[in-house]
Amino acid sequence: MKQYLSKRIFSSILAITGLFVMVFFLARLTGDPGHLYLPIDAPLEVRKEFSEKHGFNDPIYIQFGKFLGDLTDGNLGYSLRKERPAIDIVLEAIPVTLSLAAVAMSIALLGAIIIGSLAAYRPNGIFDRISRVVSLTAASAPDFWIAITAILIFSVSLGWLPTSGIGGVPYWIMPIGILVIRPLGLLVQVVRGSMITALSSDFVKTARAKGVKENVVIFKHALRNGLLPVITVAGDQAAAIANGAVIVETIFGWPGIGKLMIDSIMQRDFAVVQASILITAIVILSINIIIDIAYAILDPRIRHK
Amino acid sequence: MVTKVSEAIKSLLKVNNLSVSFDTAEGSFDAVNAVNFDLKKGETLAIIGESGSGKSVTASVIMGILTCPPGRIKSGEVLLNDLDILKLSDSERRKLMGSKVAIIFQDTLSHLNPVFSVGSQIAECFDVHKNLSKKESWNRAVKLLERVRIPNPSKRAKDFPHQFSGGQRQRVMIAMALALEPDIIIADEPTTALDVTIQAKILELLGELRDERNMGLILITHDLAIAAEISDKVIVLNKGKIVEKGITRDVFINPNHDYTRQLMDSIPGKIKKQKKKISKKFSDPILEIKNISKFYDTIACDNVSFNLFPNEVLGIVGESGSGKTTISNLILRLASPSNGEILYHGKNVLNFNKKDLFNFRRKVQVVFQDPYASLNPTMNIYDIISEPWVIHSDFLDKKSYKSNVSDLLTSVGLHPDDAIKFPHQFSGGQRQRIAIARALALNPEIIICDEAVSALDVSIQAQIIKLLLNLRNKFSLSYIFIAHDLPVVKDLADRVIVMKSGKIIEQGLVNDVFNFPKDKYTKDLLKASPSIENLII
Repeated sequence: MKQYLSKRIFSSILAITGLFVMVFFLARLTGDPGHLYLPIDAPLEVRKEFSEKHGFNDPIYIQFGKFLGDLTDGNLGYSLRKERPAIDIVLEAIPVTLSLAAVAMSIALLGAIIIGSLAAYRPNGIFDRISRVVSLTAASAPDFWIAITAILIFSVSLGWLPTSGIGGVPYWIMPIGILVIRPLGLLVQVVRGSMITALSSDFVKTARAKGVKENVVIFKHALRNGLLPVITVAGDQAAAIANGAVIVETIFGWPGIGKLMIDSIMQRDFAVVQASILITAIVILSINIIIDIAYAILDPRIRHK
Repeated sequence: MVTKVSEAIKSLLKVNNLSVSFDTAEGSFDAVNAVNFDLKKGETLAIIGESGSGKSVTASVIMGILTCPPGRIKSGEVLLNDLDILKLSDSERRKLMGSKVAIIFQDTLSHLNPVFSVGSQIAECFDVHKNLSKKESWNRAVKLLERVRIPNPSKRAKDFPHQFSGGQRQRVMIAMALALEPDIIIADEPTTALDVTIQAKILELLGELRDERNMGLILITHDLAIAAEISDKVIVLNKGKIVEKGITRDVFINPNHDYTRQLMDSIPGKIKKQKKKISKKFSDPILEIKNISKFYDTIACDNVSFNLFPNEVLGIVGESGSGKTTISNLILRLASPSNGEILYHGKNVLNFNKKDLFNFRRKVQVVFQDPYASLNPTMNIYDIISEPWVIHSDFLDKKSYKSNVSDLLTSVGLHPDDAIKFPHQFSGGQRQRIAIARALALNPEIIICDEAVSALDVSIQAQIIKLLLNLRNKFSLSYIFIAHDLPVVKDLADRVIVMKSGKIIEQGLVNDVFNFPKDKYTKDLLKASPSIENLII
C-alpha cells in the first residue's frame, strides 16, 4: 500500500509538471497583456517599455526558462494587476473555496447516505419513489438560476439573508445551499444504487441470521460495503467545487479561487492564472490521493493488494 | 455415527405443514408445499433435493431471513421449543436467531462481510445477544476459532475473510454459528465449494460438535453421499414437496419413491462403460505436452508431461491449487508456459505464428464451469452459437448459419426454436448444453471441459455426461475433462491424471487408478470422497 501511495504521489507530481508546461504556453496564446493594461492610446514607446519590463519581448523559451528558474525559488511571479506576489493572492483565495467545498460536501454526503440508504431499504417503496423524483430534480437543477431566484426571494423580498459578501453564518446559507443541491441529488442516486446491491448481498443474510438489528444491518454491514462507489463520485464532486465554484462565487461575491481565476484570465494576469492553476491542481490531486487512502481504509482487500 | 435417541425426548424443532410461495411476474408458485418434519437433540436430519426443490427456502423461513416479498409464507408453523416463531414480532424473533438456532452457509466468501475482521464478526454475536465487554467478546471469539482448529487463532482473528482458504472460512462460519451455543445448527450445503479432503474434515468437525454439545443438526445438501455419511434421518424434497422421509439407512437401501430412486441412479461412478479397444499405443497423439512448467508467484505447474490421443477422454483430477486450470489455460494458449513444449500433431504450438494459432484455436474449444457466467446475457442463443463462425469467417457461409445452429441445438438435445431465446430463459443444465453447442460449432478435435458439470444438480450432471459421451462418438472428439469430483471422472474418462501442487502424482487407465491407486495422495482422495456404499456395507 505504501508503495502504491508513493507511486501515486510521484505520478501526481508528473501530472502537475505537465499541466504547468501546458498552461504556461496556452496562456501566452491569449494575446499581449499590454493591450489590456495600457490605455488604448498609449504610445508605442510605452508599450515597448512595458513589454521589455515584464520580459514579454523575449523568445518564449527564454520566458519559460526564467519562469522555471523563479519557480525553483518558490517564486510564482508577480501579479501585473495587483502588484503583489501571485502566490499570496492565490493563498488568500483558496481557503475560502476549500471551506465552501468542505461544508457543502459534508452536508451532501451525510444527507445522501441517510436518504439513499433508506430509499434502498425498500426499493420502489413510497420513500424511494419520492426521493427518486426529488434527487433527479436536484441533480439536474440549473444552479445559476436557483441562486438568482434565491437572492430575489430571501434577500430582496423577505430580507432574511444578505445578498452577497463574506461573514457570519447568514452569509453562508445561500451559497452552501446552492452548492449542495446538485451533488446531493447525484449522490442520493449513487448511494441508493450501491446500497441496493449491498443490502441484497449474502453477508447481510448472515448478519440477520445472527439476530443483528436492522439499523445495524443497514448502517454497519451494508453501508461500509456500499460506500466505495459513493466515495469516488463524492471525490469527483468535491474536486469540481474546489476547482472553483465559479458561478456561486461570482453571484454571491465570494473571493474564492474560481472568481480569482476567471478575473485573472480576463485580465491576462498570467502569473496569477499560473499560480491558481498550480494550487488547484495540487488540491485536486490531493483529493484523489485522499480517496485512495479512504478506499484502503474502507476495504481491506484493497489494502492487502 | 447414528446417535441413539429416546422417543421420550421432546422435539427441538417441529415444522408443521409449512407452505411458502413466491410471487413472480409470471404468477405465484409454491416453493415449499405442506412440509412437515421434526428434529430432536443430538440428531442429524438431512434435507436432500436439487436446486429449486425448496430446501434453502425452508432454512430461510426457520432463520427468519426469507425475503418477503417476493416470498410469502402461506401457512404452517415453525415450533422452536414449542414456541411458534412465525407468530413472533421481528424483535422477539431476532433474540432467538443466532442464540437458539444458527446457520452455516455455503459460499463463505460472499456470506462473510469482506470489510470486517473475522474476529469482530464472531464477536458481534456476543455484542448482539449478551452484554459483554468488547475485550471479553473478542477473547471468546478467539477461543471459538481455536475450537474449530484455526491455527494461531489470536493473530488470525484480526485477519479478513479473503485472507483465509475456503476450508478455513467454513470453519470461521462454524465458529460464528457456535458462538452462542445454539440448540440447532442448520448447515446449508456447507461443503459444496470445498475440496474433497477438506469436505471430509468439515463434516467430521460438524459431527464432533453436534455430539459434544448435543445439538440438533439440519444438513441441507444435494449430495446424497454426504447425507448418507452423516445423517440419522432424511427427507427428500422435490419441487417443494416431501416425496420421501425416514431413517437414512432405510431410505438409501430401500428407496420407495421414483424420484429418490432416480436421484440414486444419477450418482456418478455407476455408469457402466462399454469396454473400448485400447489401441492408443498404436495411434499418434493429437496433443503432446512435454515438460511444461508455469511460474507465477508460486509454481502453478511443474514439469508436466502427458499425451492426448484421438477420440480419448483424459481426466485431470486434483484439488484446488493443484494446477488443473493452469494446464487448460496453457493448452488454450491463454497463458504461456515458463518452459516446455506443447505439440499439436507434432508441431510446437508455442512457435505458431498468428495464422497458425488462429487455426489451432479452431480445433481446441472449451466448456467452462459456470454456465451462468460463460454465456453473454445480452446475446440470444443464435448469436452465441454462430459467433465462432463470425470470427472464423471462412469456416461457414452466412446462409448456412441458421440450419447449422438448428443442427447443433438438436445434437445437444435442445429445440431449434430455442435459438431466438436468451440465456436467462434456460436452466443451468440447458445453458451448459448451449455452451457445448458453441464449443462444437467449429468442428473441433479437442474440447477442454473445465469443471463443466460441477455446478449442476446430480441428475442433470448424469444427463450432461451422457451427452458428452454420445457427442464424442458422433463427432470423434477428444476431451480433456478437468474435475475435482472423482466419481464423475470415473464415469467419463478413459485415462486419468492425478495432480497435486502442480505436479502429476499418478496417471493411468481409469479403472487401474481408481481400483488400485499406487500413490498415497490418490488413496487419500478416494477415501475422503463420500459414498453411499459405505452405508450399505
